[in-house]
Amino acid sequence: MSVMDEYNFAYIDEQTKRMIRRAILKGLAVPGYQVPFASREMPMPYGWGTGGVQVSAAALTPDDRLKVIDQGADDTTNAVSIRKFFERTAGVATTEETSEATIIQTRHRIPEVELTEDQILVYQVPIPEPLRFLEPRETETRKMHSLEEYGLMHVKLYEDISRHGNIATAFAYPVMVNDRYVMDPSPIPKFDNPKMEMAAVQLFGAGREQRIYAVPPWTKVVSLDFEDYPFDPSKADHPCDLCGAEDSYLDEVILDDAGNRMFVCSDTDYCRSRREAGHEGRLAAETMA
Amino acid sequence: MSTAATAALTGGFANPPVDAAHAFRATMDVMARPGEIRQLTQARPPAPLSVAAGTLILTLCDPETGLHLAGAHDTKDVRDWVAFHTGAPIVPAEAATFALGTWKALSPISRFPVGTAEYPDRSATLIVERAELGAAGATLQGPGIRETATLDLPEVAAFAANHRLYPLGLDFFFTAGSRVAALPRSTAVMEG
Repeated sequence: MSVMDEYNFAYIDEQTKRMIRRAILKGLAVPGYQVPFASREMPMPYGWGTGGVQVSAAALTPDDRLKVIDQGADDTTNAVSIRKFFERTAGVATTEETSEATIIQTRHRIPEVELTEDQILVYQVPIPEPLRFLEPRETETRKMHSLEEYGLMHVKLYEDISRHGNIATAFAYPVMVNDRYVMDPSPIPKFDNPKMEMAAVQLFGAGREQRIYAVPPWTKVVSLDFEDYPFDPSKADHPCDLCGAEDSYLDEVILDDAGNRMFVCSDTDYCRSRREAGHEGRLAAETMA
Repeated sequence: MSTAATAALTGGFANPPVDAAHAFRATMDVMARPGEIRQLTQARPPAPLSVAAGTLILTLCDPETGLHLAGAHDTKDVRDWVAFHTGAPIVPAEAATFALGTWKALSPISRFPVGTAEYPDRSATLIVERAELGAAGATLQGPGIRETATLDLPEVAAFAANHRLYPLGLDFFFTAGSRVAALPRSTAVMEG
């Protein structure tokens, strides 16, 4: 059924798209700086990726092939509904294969497969301000960014070490972008942080908080750390129980009330393509049965 | 109506949502990768505007963005075309969100807003019309560039000075015919 004619292309009106596009361009010109934008109400609640959806809508062309992931998975509610939204309002092709997609909208993961310069990664961002839990006032955090006053963030990481013996922040791990702005990479696991120096354009949209920011390809992105406590992009120390991958980020799944558990790739497309290529993990045989 | 009066009404996007989407992707590509050259072919603006500059204006300008027309680009034809297709107010350099002209007409660029420390995004974007646009020229380094890139710039000193203002500063598009390239303030510029 073609319903695209009933909507403007990609749902949003042209003037709103221009406003978002101008914010994206300024975001690319000042990597890591949060550009305010007049976020619109979308036909989904805040917290379901309204920022990412608006950025994707402004960036999409009819020739694109869209992939949407939620925590690495293509088949969760959030990913399925956003994919359907753009199939319906933009008439774009969709895919679950990372390498086939031209635009990938993501909630909380970077795909395992290395992205190319022909791809765009759009992040859904809940809270764009990395300093927000340290300083609740927007007027103050804005001043801190303008003065490059990031001591508080280092104190927070230091307190982690004094309390836990290591930096306990495991996701939304703050990064320094282009030696100037401290940025929240959205709640991706810190395992994904080193991937941010990539060939693809990275765009970040926070709908409720009305901020857009960007990281151009090959921009210097450094996870904050200390000389004696260097950044460690750790993950669960297991191979994937389905595909046997030892290099992917894993989800832990509780299997029963007897303490049995399994670890599986959070990136469902990566796991599926490895299994199709014949790789097998510890529990692969059981899931086939 | 005479032909002169109706000329301003033509040359817009044939299919605005789709033309603007394609044009923006090329625009975003060049801003994300300083030195890269792409094609912008969707608009048919009046002389002396290039096709690429006209497409940029249709893609980015509207009643919310002040546009400054510099030198020979400030003609009645151009004003009428901009007014009909975008509704963008024509403003002096000091109030510009976008500015359009040759490098000579836009200079001195210190007239344009460079943003504030708390809002560096509130800065002008300059569309610099060139006779030709080539990849050979000044050496570029910074975000969006893996090692180094090169681009033919009208001069080096002004762009190096603009980069020293970072994170404040102006962002530039260069247009010639249907070709476009960009130079954000984040790019360090050195003599080739």
